[in-house]
Amino acid sequence: MSTSGEQQVLVTINAVSKAYQRGNQLIPVLEGISFEIVRGEFLALMGPSGSGKSTLLNLIAGIDTADGGSIMVDGVDIAQLNESELARWRAAHVGFIFQFYNLIPVLTAYENVELPLLLTSLSRRERREHAEAALAVVSLSDRMEHYPSQLSGGQQQRVAIARAIVTDPTILVADEPTGDLDRVSAEEILGLMARLNTERGKTIIMVTHDPKAAEKAHIIRHLEKGLLTDVSP
Amino acid sequence: MFLLKLLARNAFRHRLRTFLTILGITIAILAFGLLQAVVSAWYAGVNASSSARLVSRNAVSLVFSLPVSYRDRIRHVEGVAAVSYANWFGGVYVTEKNFFPNFAIEPKSYLDLYPEFVLPPDQKQAFILDRKGCVIGKKLAERFGWKIGDTIPLKGTIFPGVWEFVVRGIYTGAEKSTDESQFFFQWEYLNETLKKTVARRANQIGVYIIGLKDPQKAAEVAAAIDATFKNSLAETLTETEKAFQLSFVSMTEAIVVAIRIVSFVVIIIIMVVVANTMAMTARERIGEYAIFKAMGFQAHHIAGMVFGESLFITTVGGCLGIFLTFPVAKKFGEVMGNFFPVFQVERSTVYMDLLFCLIVGIIAGIFPTWRAIRIKVADGLRRVG
Repeated sequence: MSTSGEQQVLVTINAVSKAYQRGNQLIPVLEGISFEIVRGEFLALMGPSGSGKSTLLNLIAGIDTADGGSIMVDGVDIAQLNESELARWRAAHVGFIFQFYNLIPVLTAYENVELPLLLTSLSRRERREHAEAALAVVSLSDRMEHYPSQLSGGQQQRVAIARAIVTDPTILVADEPTGDLDRVSAEEILGLMARLNTERGKTIIMVTHDPKAAEKAHIIRHLEKGLLTDVSP
Repeated sequence: MFLLKLLARNAFRHRLRTFLTILGITIAILAFGLLQAVVSAWYAGVNASSSARLVSRNAVSLVFSLPVSYRDRIRHVEGVAAVSYANWFGGVYVTEKNFFPNFAIEPKSYLDLYPEFVLPPDQKQAFILDRKGCVIGKKLAERFGWKIGDTIPLKGTIFPGVWEFVVRGIYTGAEKSTDESQFFFQWEYLNETLKKTVARRANQIGVYIIGLKDPQKAAEVAAAIDATFKNSLAETLTETEKAFQLSFVSMTEAIVVAIRIVSFVVIIIIMVVVANTMAMTARERIGEYAIFKAMGFQAHHIAGMVFGESLFITTVGGCLGIFLTFPVAKKFGEVMGNFFPVFQVERSTVYMDLLFCLIVGIIAGIFPTWRAIRIKVADGLRRVG
């Protein structure tokens, strides 16, 4: 694993390209993207719609595959993993935070958080301990038995964050995590993510349109028409 | 446990749709069970027949009779253990709507050959001693409220006149498949009356029932009996009791085949209904399956969820259908008792019900599962929101 100064590089993106087929037309989305993300970094990916930022996030999270280049995460070239290995890798290393929370509506907050732990070898008691701890981190211990429909948008996103961190993943990927929230709830969520980054050392990669949200990040990278345009601290 | 909880909750996410699908399965399984019971009832006589008995009738047709003198000659055929005989009487009680099978029999030998008709010894003795006595099945007694000592008038359709009989015994069936709706009276009563009224029809037998020493030798004994009467005025056709009963069923085989086909069509229809429900479900949840996959759940987990839900719905509907089949079949049997004296849901029908639930659940889940496991995570997530 390479290092950048004293900082440990967690993600290395090297000449990554991606295109989508639309009818007979091949539409490039990412072209030769290269950069590194160090462990413990809070990175914001910004850019206009269609710039390729969500596609890049998906590639880093292993839910989509690049057409060219490589993505190394914590020493693993995820492009070399087959579907089954990739699923196991995601379960162990990636926590997802989505714009629309994506909680399972028939499960309670506690059960939603417990869900990723079903893929581990933890006992029922251990799963309970982990899920309760994750819900405590997002200050929702008193809402464990509530269904998503009984929670506000901000609370649902906090449950989603608890679900994302319950397996203690290597990276947290967040796609417009405040995009569906009002200003106050968005601030809460961003504050929570910032705390996860500073207090727990979580590496966070966040896609956002919102400059206020991006302010919470240590590094902001801009994408435009599939190209990395600048780097701002 | 978690998966079961998830399946159950997912299944009832659209309560009305799930309720209607389960109702459809319940009705289909109920209909299948009843139709299979009708088919079984059709074959009840065949199933109740004994391999240790032969039936000998006129080779030309059942309409023609055989001389009573054949009885002793049949008895002396090698392999014959006992001989009895019976005539179809075709009597009507008050009106033709009150149909039930009634036979003139030789009481002692007949009842000895049919141990499945269980009669208390005192009633059996009373029947044998009373020439105008009759023995009736329990269901028949219940149907008309007859009891021992009652006089029953039957209007003859084959043998003219009104014939009166006194109930001397009420038999019960040793097996569930034993017909308890029959009416037996003494052949001697019929014969003596015929001697006085239509002498040329006296001393005639409809069928001989032959008890075998060794059921394995049924074919040889039947051939020997028929050979005995070869080239006589009334040649015999002897066959096993099962073959004899089957000859009646074969006359209506087209109906039975139609019923069987309809019962399977019902299952196919419900399969399409469940498949439609599952296809709608999977389409609505594609985004959710993508979320599961993003979290690391694999194709077999997703397949388990879809198939599990499909099987959950068919199992609930199927069990309800099976549960309801028994009381409905009982009621149906009571109403249709005239036509189906033995009407019951057989164990094999329940096994078929369960098998069909399993097959329907699996087939209905194939396409939605295929769709759900093929969805690319990134594509599926775009459908959420």
